[in-house]
Amino acid sequence: MKNIDHEQLKDFFSGHAEGDLVSWPNQLKLMDLIGVTCSEADELIMQSGFLPARYQRNRHMISITQQLQLLKSRVAVVGCGGLGGYVIEELARLGVGRLRVIDSDVFEEHNLNRQLLSTITNLGTSKVAAAVSRVTEINPAVKVEPRQVIVGRDNGVDILSGVDVVVDAIDNVKGRLDLEQICHQVEVPLVYGAIAGWFGQVGCIKPGQGTMQKLYANWTAGKGIESTFGNPSFTPAVVGSFQAAEVCKVLLGQGGLLDERILSVDLLQMQFDDIPVQ
Amino acid sequence: MIQVTVKLFASFRIDRFDREIREYPPATTVADVVRELKIPETEIGILLLNSVHVDLQRQLADNDVLAIFPLVGGG
Repeated sequence: MKNIDHEQLKDFFSGHAEGDLVSWPNQLKLMDLIGVTCSEADELIMQSGFLPARYQRNRHMISITQQLQLLKSRVAVVGCGGLGGYVIEELARLGVGRLRVIDSDVFEEHNLNRQLLSTITNLGTSKVAAAVSRVTEINPAVKVEPRQVIVGRDNGVDILSGVDVVVDAIDNVKGRLDLEQICHQVEVPLVYGAIAGWFGQVGCIKPGQGTMQKLYANWTAGKGIESTFGNPSFTPAVVGSFQAAEVCKVLLGQGGLLDERILSVDLLQMQFDDIPVQ
Repeated sequence: MIQVTVKLFASFRIDRFDREIREYPPATTVADVVRELKIPETEIGILLLNSVHVDLQRQLADNDVLAIFPLVGGG
């Protein structure tokens, strides 16, 4: 960011803030006046003790200091399909400043029943490109770093280094086991989620806990029961939202995490079980 | 006979049960329980005995709690 005239900034806030909120039209004026990006403007506003009005309903749950902390955080979302679409949407609205979104796929017709980023008009186009355009529409302060690749043991350390949290939103067991290994190597917590039909699982794995290896220890090959049950619209929304909440708490160092345990979600019987995994 | 609490999750509950205390002869293994409940081994994800991961060959003891989850892998 270029040098900022703090007197000019003070004058601006005294004339344009309502209480401690800066509305979007006034934020646009600020960006124009001093020649900064939306993300830089968010940062300046919060450093000055004000809050971009876009975040006002985060308040009292998230302080201005914490909102600034979220802006400076970087989260990798591996997979931009069912779970990933919701996780990206929620983290962008929450105000996480940098999202590294990773998926090698393009949208296909069978994605339309549940994948938030898929539309009739973007069939055949890349999922990470859709993530970029969606995030830009809902929160232009968020910098999206698209990676149209498959994360594996060969490239994982490069792709996932420098992030604060990794979100598992992939659709296969092999990929998840690799992801846990990579997160262990780069020493980053992994927020795990998996879905099948009415059912889901979610957890938070700190480096070295190896929960995923225990969860899938009996796996040898193939898909889970999602190959029988498919996935409806609501299961990824539920499990993806649990994952977004875990990410928020990891970033802010708050609350109780689902570590060394998983939450088993059964939307058919509406039962939620907290299962210790040791 | 030994008493084992069997907990089933997700799709394994359909046409079976959520939680039952069941009686088995000594030296019964996890695989014996799975077979008795007609759960296809290929559908099994997590097997937890008293919260600790085990494999199908593990022998059960009196008052054990066995949790059986299907493999959930979608995203």
